[in-house]
Amino acid sequence: MAKGKRKVPGLNQSSTADISFILLIFFLVTTSMDTDSGLARRLPEWDPDAVEQELKIKERNVMTVSVNKFNEIHVKNGVMSRQIEISELKDIAKEFIANPEDNASLPIKEEYEIPDFKTVVTTIKHVISLQTDRVTNYEVYFQVQHELSRAYSELRDEWTRQTFRKKYDDCTDDEKAFARGMYSTKISEAEPKQYGTQGL
Amino acid sequence: MSKFRSNGKREMPELNTSSLPDLIFTVLFFFMMVTSMREVEVKVDCKIPTGGSEIEKLERKSLVSHIYIGPPSKTWRPIYGPSPRIQLNDKFAETNAIREFVIAERESMYEHDKPLMKMSLKIDKDTQMGIITDVKQELRKAKALNIVYSATKEDKKK
Repeated sequence: MAKGKRKVPGLNQSSTADISFILLIFFLVTTSMDTDSGLARRLPEWDPDAVEQELKIKERNVMTVSVNKFNEIHVKNGVMSRQIEISELKDIAKEFIANPEDNASLPIKEEYEIPDFKTVVTTIKHVISLQTDRVTNYEVYFQVQHELSRAYSELRDEWTRQTFRKKYDDCTDDEKAFARGMYSTKISEAEPKQYGTQGL
Repeated sequence: MSKFRSNGKREMPELNTSSLPDLIFTVLFFFMMVTSMREVEVKVDCKIPTGGSEIEKLERKSLVSHIYIGPPSKTWRPIYGPSPRIQLNDKFAETNAIREFVIAERESMYEHDKPLMKMSLKIDKDTQMGIITDVKQELRKAKALNIVYSATKEDKKK
């Protein structure tokens, strides 16, 4: 005969901590917290006829940035081509993109309606063409891309400061989209030069 | 005589450790959340470039596929030589394998995520542009147009 209530004996939980420690250490070891970061770009659509389209762009609207096999940077707008240092590139690009003094050799300024916003006058037809040689160093190319990105960001920032009286970073998503419409990224990566019989 | 003086031996009271497992479980769950098991073994030496203010963090890792380009690492150098190679998933590949790789990656994603696919290019600093241009052309043909030049952010304090 069992007598009355039987008590369930309390489990000994002193090893729970050890078990969870082992699990913890396992996850500590396998975890890789490296957050990926980088410079986002969008490639143009693959279109075999694209080469012909590029020829239709007026000369004043194009700035060619070329990095040759000696990793020297040349900038060409119109007929003038000159070698520059990487540190100069951002300001040259900014002047080219914005054309603040309405210079006749820099991109033409036209009226453009930013979707859902208002009509502005901007250099909507400008193109920065980026050319590299097959032996150009990747890091130089990356830095060029980075400087061009900076030029666009600074212009957008200046524009939002004028228009909305705040920094680009503090803007709402809509306002950021307007700024991107005002100065939209137009970097064309030229088709590589063809060598020998290597078909594409 | 003071009333603060204790009489006899003083014993350290034992600490109550009953909440220790809970504490550790919390930390454990944190690590379980943030962990992502490394699926691929990187077989190339890949020192990615450093950039400044323009470097953005990549969100939503499930959208990102990686392409590594660089010279094979020490263990693989005797077999593959020192010149830069492309690595897709776990193995070295040629440029013509990229299209299949993109298709396979795209297949493994949810339907609504497919247009958002991003290719993260982890390229060694000292690579020459030739191989990179070839890869980019292949990506264009495979309609994987969103790319990210992987780089680390250097904090510049002014």
